[in-house]
Amino acid sequence: MDTTIKKSATPDSMFTSKLQGLLRWESFLVLIVFLVCVMNSYLSPYFLDPWNLSDATFNFTEKALIALPMAMLIIAKEIDISVAAIISLSSTLMGLVAQMGAPVYVVAFVGVFVGAGCGLVNGVLVTRFNIPSIVVTIGTMSLFRGISYILLGDQVIREYPDGFEFFGQGYVYWVFSFELVLFAFFALVFYWLLHRTTFGRYTYAIGNNPTASYYSGIKVNKHRLILFTLVGIMSGVAAVLLTSRLGSTRPSIAMGWELSIITMVVLGGVSILGGSGTIAGVVLAVILMGLVTFGMGLLNIPGIVMTIIVGVMLITVVSLPVLIAMYKTSLKRKEAKAL
Amino acid sequence: MNNAIFSLKKVSKVFPGVKALDGVDLHLYPGQVTALIGENGAGKSTLVKTMTGIYQPDGGEIIFNGKPVQFHSPHDSHALGITAIHQETVLFDDLTVAENIFLGNYPMKKGPMTKRFSIDWPAMVTRSQEILSSINAQMDPNQILRELSIGQKHMVGIARALSVDAKVVILDEPTAALSHHEIHELYELVNTLRDQGKAILFITHKFDEIFTLADRYTVFRDGSFVGEGFIKDTNEAQLVEMMVARSIEATYPKKDVKIGETLLEVSNLCHTTEFADISFNLEKGEILGVYGLVGSGRTEVMQALFGTTDHVTGSVKMNGKEVIIHSPKEAIDNGIVYVPEERQKQGIVLELPIYQNVSLPQMERLAKHGQIDQEGEMALARQYCERLQVKASCWDEKVMNLSGGNQQKVVIAKWLATNPKVIILDEPTKGIDIGSKAAVHEFMSELVDSGLSVIMVSSELPEILGMSDRILVMNEGLIVGELSRADATPEKVVSLATGGSVTC
Repeated sequence: MDTTIKKSATPDSMFTSKLQGLLRWESFLVLIVFLVCVMNSYLSPYFLDPWNLSDATFNFTEKALIALPMAMLIIAKEIDISVAAIISLSSTLMGLVAQMGAPVYVVAFVGVFVGAGCGLVNGVLVTRFNIPSIVVTIGTMSLFRGISYILLGDQVIREYPDGFEFFGQGYVYWVFSFELVLFAFFALVFYWLLHRTTFGRYTYAIGNNPTASYYSGIKVNKHRLILFTLVGIMSGVAAVLLTSRLGSTRPSIAMGWELSIITMVVLGGVSILGGSGTIAGVVLAVILMGLVTFGMGLLNIPGIVMTIIVGVMLITVVSLPVLIAMYKTSLKRKEAKAL
Repeated sequence: MNNAIFSLKKVSKVFPGVKALDGVDLHLYPGQVTALIGENGAGKSTLVKTMTGIYQPDGGEIIFNGKPVQFHSPHDSHALGITAIHQETVLFDDLTVAENIFLGNYPMKKGPMTKRFSIDWPAMVTRSQEILSSINAQMDPNQILRELSIGQKHMVGIARALSVDAKVVILDEPTAALSHHEIHELYELVNTLRDQGKAILFITHKFDEIFTLADRYTVFRDGSFVGEGFIKDTNEAQLVEMMVARSIEATYPKKDVKIGETLLEVSNLCHTTEFADISFNLEKGEILGVYGLVGSGRTEVMQALFGTTDHVTGSVKMNGKEVIIHSPKEAIDNGIVYVPEERQKQGIVLELPIYQNVSLPQMERLAKHGQIDQEGEMALARQYCERLQVKASCWDEKVMNLSGGNQQKVVIAKWLATNPKVIILDEPTKGIDIGSKAAVHEFMSELVDSGLSVIMVSSELPEILGMSDRILVMNEGLIVGELSRADATPEKVVSLATGGSVTC
């Protein structure tokens, strides 16, 4: 490079801000993940077995795949709570085409395609008719699952083509399942998308100030439409994995998943009000939740108690930084009074 | 003088890294208006918050009626009769006027249980009516606030402040959002309050207001007390010098620029409700001033040019070629950019760093295969922010940490970086301090010198008269007059702007 760097009176960035970066939410999550690992391996000798750990990843990879685009959607000040219903509809339609004898790749394609279609419906309703996304997706949540019930009733479909089980049960190498590898791949893709591309920058800008973003020439509605479709596509992908893993389809599949997915996103440090959050945080939160539920499973803690513990964990972890900040200011006030 | 009802003595307030107030003094006297003057960042807002108990001072004394007092919360200062009317009043659009006036302090029914749970609605309406008529505000206490104009809402804010027996009234830049007519009503109200013996603190940027209204002045600079005295003993130049510690001579550095050929032609621009039949030309190198009262449709016309208003008919030509603009993106692509009046809402993303705000409109041009080129962004921000002399500790500082004037400079930098042909400035110096104001004006001169054309919307007459080559005056959605720089006088402009309504 032959360009000379012009000396500027104002530095581009300051060292202190980079130092602060190390003390962020993500580092806090890394610490907790580490603590949970130590605790779990102390409590159960089976925890550190590679195959056990690998089995544990099946509990969260499908949800985590949806948590990635959901994080971007929430950063852009929108939300989609119809994701579990999208899984249900997508799984149902996959089951129907499988019954008609479609080959593996057609079945998988239908799953993803239906997901994309549902996401597009959400996006069009939000952007065209200016309805808040929470209202739209509460509506489509009932709509999508309702269609599944009409199509299937109490029926269960089990007739999937040979080879379809690979998506949810296969291994790529040693203990690394196809689901886990796919999640790792998409985590990198979404990291790149949110933190390295113009698309990601627009997401932050819109989440912080949609009006100013529009006034800066960003096509805000088109952006939102793409985000909703992305969430739909990833819900479709999750539907393929889940259906393949269970080997069956029923309308009540993935019931209540939208809440665990949003929990992962919030635990990962994404502001529910939009505007901030990182993919790294979400990935760490996913791992944390996976490890905690796995550890509790090893200790034979019943499912209902697990739900309670996860709920308490969410509230504690999210309120901890706020409590620390309050404690710090009260200390400062005391110092000021003492002076 | 020892008869001050409210005094601050050597009050300090420290925030992490900043001394917002450094041992300041302030005295308020019953039946007198004290003007508090200072540039943005002089500590005026912090002072108001300290006086109303939102902040607790780190040092010094607050004295009320001769006795030292301590405010632990806004409630404490409210109980003593200290009320503040803030720049942007905190009111509730979906409640009625009466409900807003008595919010949190509702008159209750008598009786052992009802006095805790039942609001005495008839009493509330009657008392609202009394307060409103005492300030000559004509409105129905049962009206929903949403239906009122900004000026009327301000009146409600003032009525709210008076619903408790106020002894000290603080007005924090109350005229910033008001039209000409409403400002005069407010002046009368301030005079009424003064006659009732209330001590009034009037915070403002505008010198004409200070000389019309105030009896005394207090000047702050950079969080410190500079001086105080009687208005009748001082003049504008002296006050400005105290504020900025330097004398500003030429506030309007208008350069003579050779006006070129016609760049922008707007003809018969109409909107269903906001404006009609707007036609004008803009020449190359020209500063076109647009003057009009709040509600005259001037902002709406500019937003129509920028593509953010729907239902607009008419034609816009750039360099003789017809252009169609339905979104800001199309406007920017055609070289028209808009610096909005509502800077923080429309102009800038406060939570993003400076450099990301500057690069936002042209991310796609800067990116390679969709991937952000951070070096390129930083270079762009450095180039334009330095040109505009944005004061910041670094270019990746968040915009919300900057002062109003510097935020405005970042907005202008953002648009200049796109190499526009026409730059529309809507109230470019509203709410920014004198130093930044002069910088913005100087910059406008530089812009037209380099071949750009500027449309400047402003409600400040001196600014319009001082900077424009040509002035369009708007009233009730129509262009009611066009004056050249030589012809324009304050009287002509104001009489056109307030003149009788013409129907289309």
